[in-house]
Amino acid sequence: MTLSDIAPSLGFSPQEMTAIVLSLKVAGTATVFSLPIAVFAAYALARWRFPGHTALNALIHLPLVMPPVVTGFALLLLLGRKTPLGAFLAEYFGIVFAFRWTGAALAAAVMSFPLMIRPIRLSFESIDERLAQASRSLGANPLWTFFLVTLPLAAPGVIVGAILGFAKALGEFGATITFVSNIPGETQTIPSAIYSYTQTPDGDADALRLAAVSAAIAIGALVVSEILQKRADATRAGK
Amino acid sequence: MIGVDVKLRRGDFTLAAAFASKARILALHGPSGSGKTTLAHLVAGLAVPDEGHIAVNGATLVDRAQRLFVPPEKRRIGLVFQDALLFPHLDVKTNILFGRFFTPKAERRVPFEAVIETLGVAHLLRRRAGALSGGERQRVGLARALLCSPRLLAMDEPMASLDYDRRQEIMTLIERLRDEFSIPILLVSHAADEILRLADEVISLEKGRIVAKGLPSETLAAASRHIEGGRFSVVSALEAHVGAYDTRYGVTRLAHPAGEIIVAAHVANGDRQVRVLINATDVALAYHKPENTSIRTVLLGRIAAIDEDESPLAFVRLELEGGGKLVSATTRLSVAEMNLSVGAQVYALVKSVALDERELGAGA
Repeated sequence: MTLSDIAPSLGFSPQEMTAIVLSLKVAGTATVFSLPIAVFAAYALARWRFPGHTALNALIHLPLVMPPVVTGFALLLLLGRKTPLGAFLAEYFGIVFAFRWTGAALAAAVMSFPLMIRPIRLSFESIDERLAQASRSLGANPLWTFFLVTLPLAAPGVIVGAILGFAKALGEFGATITFVSNIPGETQTIPSAIYSYTQTPDGDADALRLAAVSAAIAIGALVVSEILQKRADATRAGK
Repeated sequence: MIGVDVKLRRGDFTLAAAFASKARILALHGPSGSGKTTLAHLVAGLAVPDEGHIAVNGATLVDRAQRLFVPPEKRRIGLVFQDALLFPHLDVKTNILFGRFFTPKAERRVPFEAVIETLGVAHLLRRRAGALSGGERQRVGLARALLCSPRLLAMDEPMASLDYDRRQEIMTLIERLRDEFSIPILLVSHAADEILRLADEVISLEKGRIVAKGLPSETLAAASRHIEGGRFSVVSALEAHVGAYDTRYGVTRLAHPAGEIIVAAHVANGDRQVRVLINATDVALAYHKPENTSIRTVLLGRIAAIDEDESPLAFVRLELEGGGKLVSATTRLSVAEMNLSVGAQVYALVKSVALDERELGAGA
């Protein structure tokens, strides 16, 4: 039994179901690909002092303060089909972002990145740096030290970051609709579908149902992240 | 065993130290900010000197002139920290085996069972590192450092956060490690009693410079006159023969050629030598044996040297009758008014005596 089989019994139309599944796919892809980058960037910002430290930090947080439409527009200017970079990626790697679900995933990843990186960076910063020194003195090189000591200790923050990023990616709207438009079955995520329903007469009931789904996922994610945070605090307290 | 000649500048602080030592336990002593921890970090590779070189057991670890810097993970210097720094996400056994995992098989010469046995951590192996007491943490930290079969064990104030009993226990263990595994130890400590008991040689540091180097009993006194509160850390060690235990008053009488030493404790097993520690501030001097005094321990000796300069304090070193050195902390005023001079015969009035728990002859 698949999700689309049980969809009618939940009162979802095939189009709504498509939007829900697509949203999960977009947000999942965005999270999977941006998490390793977020972990690396968070570690670099927390532990290294390098030229451009402040600039990198500002760049990462830019999507948080810029209007989402502007971020989407910037992506379009950078990665649209006819731009040099977009054409290059399409020709040599077969990767097309414009007006595809992959583009929706990219927009979601960019927009959720600042939210994802914050808890990860904070948990790296809260780890005693001398633990890494102890690990080095015991024979572990920097890479082993990172994977055996630093990353496991930062794991709660990484999980919280992933959950927050996933929830934010699910709700991304402005940059997505600007960058990849609102094509049912390809780029129409839950927020875009809600927007479409609100623009049609008698669409309010449908919009409300999807809004409820959206809220349920978001609240669920927050609850899970809260539980993990509590458990991590308990571990750190030595229980 | 260890040869160091380094310079390092960090802001206002400059460290410039050169020494070589063959001691089995070499202590670095000095007040906080003297550079002793930095020196240990330089040996372990956690800091890079601006100039100079470091060699341990014939292996050069740093030589700036030749652009040689062995990273910490390749040095095999077992580090023991003040707060143990166990990995909180791992259990005790995984913590202990962490360094061993990275040690090449051919170099694993410290056996796991022997370390577990010596340090008495067998019952802790399944516990989480965060659930240990201070003394247990430190024993696990020692085991972890030992099992990477290090060239040298570098201990940075390993007992500073422990209470008296735990410190005695850890000191006994450090002696056993030294004797059973024959790994040289670099001990960073500000506590004179630790150094007197454990170290064969001590280097006193102050503001990034070596101010004295030599036998602990002689070096500590000379260096500490210049340190505020330093007179409280000058301790003399004496050997005496165990005599009768007085059950009525709970004291033990020890025999020393210079006089009877009273210890306010039960010293078991008669007919053997023990070592006692005496704080320089607990020793007063008199030309004549006083009659009416509460002090029971009165030792006869001769003044061997008087350390004094412009500071108000002075250390009078005595050569006791029948051997043994005793330091008395006093003021320059006393020295002048009593007209104390080298060669004079005096009685040392000792207010309190602590028994050194170390087994005599166990490896010395």
